[in-house]
Amino acid sequence: MEKISFDQLQEELYHEKLENGLEVYILPKKGFNKTYATFTTKYGSIDNHFVPAGKTELVKVPDGIAHFLEHKLFEKEDGDVFQQFSRQGASANAFTSFTRTAYLFSSTSDVEKNLETLIDFVQYPYFSEKTVEKEKGIIGQEIDMYDDNPDWRLYFGAIQNLFENHPVKIDIAGTKESIAEITKDMLYECYHTFYHPSNMLLFVVGPVQVDEIMEQIKDNQAKKTFPSQVEIDRKFESEKEDVSEKKLVLPMNVHTSKCLVSVKATNTKKQGEEMLKQELTTNVLLELLFGRSSENYETLYSNGLIDESFSFDYTQEKGFGFAMIGGDTNNPDQLAEEIKRMLIEEKSSRKITAESLERTKKKKIGAFLRAVNSPEYIANQFTRYAFNDMNLFDVVPVLEAITIEDIQQVAINFISENRMAVCQVVPK
Amino acid sequence: MAVVSETIKDINGYKLHMVKTDKFKTNTIIFKMKAPLQKENVTKRALLPNVLQSNSKKFPTTGQLRGYLDELYGATFYIDLGKKGEYHTISFAMEVANERFLSDSTPLLKTAIDFLVEVLTNPNVGDGEFHKETLEKEKRSLKQRIQSIYDDKMKYSNNRLIEEMCKEEPYSLHVHGKESEVDSITGKDLYDYYKKALAEDEISLYVIGDIDEQDVEQTVSERFTFSSRTPQEVVKNQPAQVEEQVIKEEQDVKQGKLNIGYRTNVTYGDPDYFALQVFNGVYGGFSHSKLFINVREKASLAYYAASRVESHKGLLMVMSGIDNSNYDQAVSIIKEQMQAMKDGDFSEDDLIQTKAVIKNQLLETLDTARGIVEILYHNVVAGQEIQLDEWLQRIETVTKEEVVQVANKIQLDTIYFLTGTGATK
Repeated sequence: MEKISFDQLQEELYHEKLENGLEVYILPKKGFNKTYATFTTKYGSIDNHFVPAGKTELVKVPDGIAHFLEHKLFEKEDGDVFQQFSRQGASANAFTSFTRTAYLFSSTSDVEKNLETLIDFVQYPYFSEKTVEKEKGIIGQEIDMYDDNPDWRLYFGAIQNLFENHPVKIDIAGTKESIAEITKDMLYECYHTFYHPSNMLLFVVGPVQVDEIMEQIKDNQAKKTFPSQVEIDRKFESEKEDVSEKKLVLPMNVHTSKCLVSVKATNTKKQGEEMLKQELTTNVLLELLFGRSSENYETLYSNGLIDESFSFDYTQEKGFGFAMIGGDTNNPDQLAEEIKRMLIEEKSSRKITAESLERTKKKKIGAFLRAVNSPEYIANQFTRYAFNDMNLFDVVPVLEAITIEDIQQVAINFISENRMAVCQVVPK
Repeated sequence: MAVVSETIKDINGYKLHMVKTDKFKTNTIIFKMKAPLQKENVTKRALLPNVLQSNSKKFPTTGQLRGYLDELYGATFYIDLGKKGEYHTISFAMEVANERFLSDSTPLLKTAIDFLVEVLTNPNVGDGEFHKETLEKEKRSLKQRIQSIYDDKMKYSNNRLIEEMCKEEPYSLHVHGKESEVDSITGKDLYDYYKKALAEDEISLYVIGDIDEQDVEQTVSERFTFSSRTPQEVVKNQPAQVEEQVIKEEQDVKQGKLNIGYRTNVTYGDPDYFALQVFNGVYGGFSHSKLFINVREKASLAYYAASRVESHKGLLMVMSGIDNSNYDQAVSIIKEQMQAMKDGDFSEDDLIQTKAVIKNQLLETLDTARGIVEILYHNVVAGQEIQLDEWLQRIETVTKEEVVQVANKIQLDTIYFLTGTGATK
């Protein structure tokens, strides 16, 4: 077992890669009541085109299947795993993102039992035709719920504008039509391809005894046999640099309009420290341009174009990335034009000063400290970083090292009118 | 050892609540003002914190104010409006890094307290009124916030339920106030109201973190001085008779939103409050509860089906998103499950399981500073002094008979259904 210390943060992280390929991390947290554990596979909504385990030909699976599988893994022949967790005083949950599916529990007692339950339920799939059919009603309602949600429609519309081929543009839950095609055999095929321990990471954070937890996990895994690990063959079609659609307007049953400007990222093949630097630098750039202390924010707010719902965000994974900027507005066209103008202006005029950069770095460092108060944040983000060969605890040193030249370089690479699109929700 | 040890000090016109703990890497300060919900003040109270947080005399623009916070290692500063029973609460919250975890060791807690003092006691006021442009900006923003509630159908239908159910009660007032009242508020009205609120509201200041309690007490008492007061209390009122009503509303939505309101006739501080919590856990609070199992897992009608308790008004709210055509089936399952609770149709195992989950949930809430404040503030709202250890112990000792008894106090009041256009038959 390897021990990694982060002196400034006063945290210690323990790591071991097991024989079957599973990565295990444990972070003891003194003073906390709860233990939080996530068991995550590097498999999300974008992994829809691949060579199934044991086969040689590529297959394309229905939209929404990774999320469907996540739902169905909770149901076993003898009932529902939620029940078992709550009998053990734990609350359990799961989520599917573009690139990951995570199963998790948190509990303040019976941690060993709950951990055993977590690992076992994820590693013993049980799918039947009957339960698969039943789930279609439940997920159908989840899809309807999101369909009525203007913020979700806006967000997804903004992504769909950017990408022509990349499966990130597919809604994570799929559609009622696409999930209708799902069968139990397809679920098993996806399961056996993506839930091999070598494609997974287990993270435990809380007031735990590190040695005992590690022993328990190793014992649990030693009792199970898995096929030998193979590299997963995923296929992604090539994607152009420019956006797919410049503008999308969605009339909905709302009173207030919404507008998001999205920017498609370049250089998204990077992994490891290079990716971390690009991601953090882009985030700092957006904070400088649109943060609440920025001149732009004040201009937009004073002109009545935005309210407190205004926000911005940058997402980067291997193979795709995008920024989103916007919120509720009473003038969606003018807001879109202003945001685009502010981005382009920065590229040409380079108004950002060293002083404001230092202030923004401080803000980001403080935000990171706040975030590591949260066991959920640590486990989920650490996993995401690890799947991209990055280390969550490098965030502060990498932030500290960002220079004004780095910011300018990112602005030059990132900001381009051809890679910007606008999505709006307007009252019907 | 107590799960949370809270020290309460009476200071000039307010109470200081401190929780010393070393589990966080930040310190949290929350300033709360509480007054009865009143029609004539609710919109002013909604507008007030937004005006105060946008600037001050020392920081005359939002950019300057936010820039200063960035310098303090991104101290967060946000406001929040709440409805606790028939009280309207305003919170100003700050979270600031503990310098022990930074390479730069300038103390930040006192600086953060000074900032809060500046914003609250040195507002951007001239000639007895708030700065005009600031006021107009925030009025516009508030109107947009009120309008946008319509757009989030889950929130909207919950609001509509409350409006219909508590029509004759102050509880039906919305925390963000009324759109039609925003325009007429002047800078003078608002500043006069602020002075009155500072003089009359019940004020509570929470400081949570790895703090020196004496030091905090001294710092705070030097900087915050208010006149002493006897906070106004609301008289609990429940309608004399509860009659079941059904309200259906049509809109262009794909999914119907079903919200059902019950009167529990039990509030925080009542002897059977803990039995009510256990009731809610068995009935609809969790993913092992009757509603989740029967509406979602067995009938496959919904993605979410849950209930929650409003502790100070005495309400139980059921919510679910269903297909428009499944209204009758969903309502009858929800009613049947309520009847099952009243009939004692649940096992000892269900109780044990529910108690374990409630205990777990409470302890987890205490792992965040905001969670600690949220739980402790119940005592302020209800004028109680229930320690958290007592909470845990009293949940543990709830019996099946007590749950059945509390179930039989619960009365169905209003069924609200937001349904897709043309779906009502």
